[in-house]
Amino acid sequence: MSVLTKGKITDVSELRKVAKNVRIRILHMLTMAGSGHTGGSLSAADVAVAIYFSKMNFNPKEPFWKGRDRFILSKGHAAPLLYALMAEAGYFPEDVLDNLRKIESPLQGHPCCKRLPGVEVSTGSLGQGLSVANGMALGLRLDKNPARIYCIMGDGEIQEGQIWEAAMTAAHYKIDNLCAVVDNNGLQIDGPVQKVMGINPIHDKWAAFGWHVIGIDGHNMEQILAALDEAEKTKGMPTVIIANTTKGKGVSFFEHKVEYHGITPTPEEYERAVKEIHNG
Amino acid sequence: MGERIQQSAVSSQQSAGSEKKPKATRDEYGEVLLELGKKRSDIVVLDADLSSSTKTGKFAKAFPDRFFNMGIAEQDMVGTAAGLSLTGKVPFASTFAVFETGRAWDQIRLTVCYSNTNVKLVATHGGITVGEDGASHQALEDIALMRSLPNMTVIVPSDAAETASVINAVADYKGPVYVRLGRAKVPYVMPDNYRFRIGKAHIFHIGKDVNIIAAGIMVDAAIKAAALLKKDGIDTGVLNMSTIKPLDEEAVLSAAKSAKLILTAEEHSIIGGLGSAVCEFLSETHPVRVIRIGVRDTFGCSGNPDDLLRIHGLTAEDIVKTIKDSM
Ligand SMILES: Cc1ncc(C[n+]2csc(CCOP(=O)(O)OP(=O)(O)O)c2C)c(N)n1
Ligand SMILES: [Mg+2]
Repeated sequence: MSVLTKGKITDVSELRKVAKNVRIRILHMLTMAGSGHTGGSLSAADVAVAIYFSKMNFNPKEPFWKGRDRFILSKGHAAPLLYALMAEAGYFPEDVLDNLRKIESPLQGHPCCKRLPGVEVSTGSLGQGLSVANGMALGLRLDKNPARIYCIMGDGEIQEGQIWEAAMTAAHYKIDNLCAVVDNNGLQIDGPVQKVMGINPIHDKWAAFGWHVIGIDGHNMEQILAALDEAEKTKGMPTVIIANTTKGKGVSFFEHKVEYHGITPTPEEYERAVKEIHNG
Repeated sequence: MGERIQQSAVSSQQSAGSEKKPKATRDEYGEVLLELGKKRSDIVVLDADLSSSTKTGKFAKAFPDRFFNMGIAEQDMVGTAAGLSLTGKVPFASTFAVFETGRAWDQIRLTVCYSNTNVKLVATHGGITVGEDGASHQALEDIALMRSLPNMTVIVPSDAAETASVINAVADYKGPVYVRLGRAKVPYVMPDNYRFRIGKAHIFHIGKDVNIIAAGIMVDAAIKAAALLKKDGIDTGVLNMSTIKPLDEEAVLSAAKSAKLILTAEEHSIIGGLGSAVCEFLSETHPVRVIRIGVRDTFGCSGNPDDLLRIHGLTAEDIVKTIKDSM
């Protein structure tokens, strides 16, 4: 059987270190690319690192291994986060990150499964990942395959109607081999989510749709690990983790800033940001 | 939903090929899907609350574990189908053509075509012969929508027998496919020994005066028109272009080289469908005059299918008149 080549990480301080590396990689590739999505890549980094490195079975040398757990980045604009995770895991050499958004690069502006094995499905048009995750979960269940599916959505993204179609589907089919995460960073492009199109009460909504809901501080590694454990143990219904996060997390001058959704660090900002992350 | 209307759109006329009673392509689909389900455990089926009309209900009854009713949620249905295909299943996702292609177009674009997943979109109630339900339910743009997507294969079978052959071929093919089926009963037009191949037109005859390139129910009309024209000494060819994408360019070219006039005939808007595909290809390779028979940039309306075909100029007589007027 194949497993993650480096072995799973369960030590919290070790995971925090990986999260720092991942954040630095995100900033590095975004600075190199000169365009891309900074805030939402940073906000989801801690949860994503915990999922990828403490929970998931996969083998970068064998990306289509049937027993792998699957990770779907429904909020595809946070592609730099996914690429940073994949580089850390060893899917491709570090220097590939320099080609983010360049012509013919496997690192497309939004994840493309046909160009980069290990990306489970192409995303970028918001609202679609949860449906695909459900389909995968149902397919695995038919095969009695114990693998699990993880799906990360944005809080703005859940304004899409299809998310709620999929929310119904997961509950209706009692899909419990799926763990969804809402990166609840409070911001979208045009401003605060609650101003653009309120999604609250977010916990009650998911619960009313038949989901087991776990609310956490999405930057607290202990809470994240506990939530992922709880999700795995929850049977007969799907679980969603509402991770309260800070957009731009880790870089003080990006945090909580709407405008850093879609702008990238200058080389000078990059230097300062890396220092902050190292010291943080 | 107009299920009570049982009479055929084209059955009032003598069928071209066979003595068999007319049959709706969707009815054949339901039966073939059931057979496929028996043979292959990787076949799964999704529907959006129309399984009684799309005929996937037969499969649902036999294989409840492999059938997923997604409720009235076409976007979710397409995404879920993509997910199932990514675990090695071969999903057939069905609803009416309007909703399948229109409601879920962005989902089809991203998770089916761009991701190049092995999803079979088999839509029923294509075209004007949906009848009494009216314009909201008559897909006249679906082929245009699907044809514009990279990686997509687009197929419009002409009769029930061809539908069976198409569904089997599609189940074996790896990649996104859109199959458009109809609601109304249609006569058998294809020869008994015919076997569908993706991307291969069936040439009934290549004419020296004019060639009709048709798809779906218009193949029957084309055959009848050719017979009528023959009486007047006009040598009219007929091609069944059941695969609209990829277009059988070789067949189109041989038709265009044999006769100076080409007619395309389809139960679809003249914008973006078979007619457009033929024009696009011929204008770059072998420009000849092409006249497109189809719905002329308008919506349909309620009515019985035969009346609708007449109103929109989609009968054999319309084809005959168009050809005579332009020769
Ligand atoms: C269907 C669709 N509509 C619009 C967009 C453009 N868009 C990209 S990111 C974004 C805001 C997303 O906000 P959120 O989900 O909260 O993401 P995060 O804050 O985590 O970046 C929008 C509107 C898109 N990618 N897809
Ligand atoms: Mg947000």
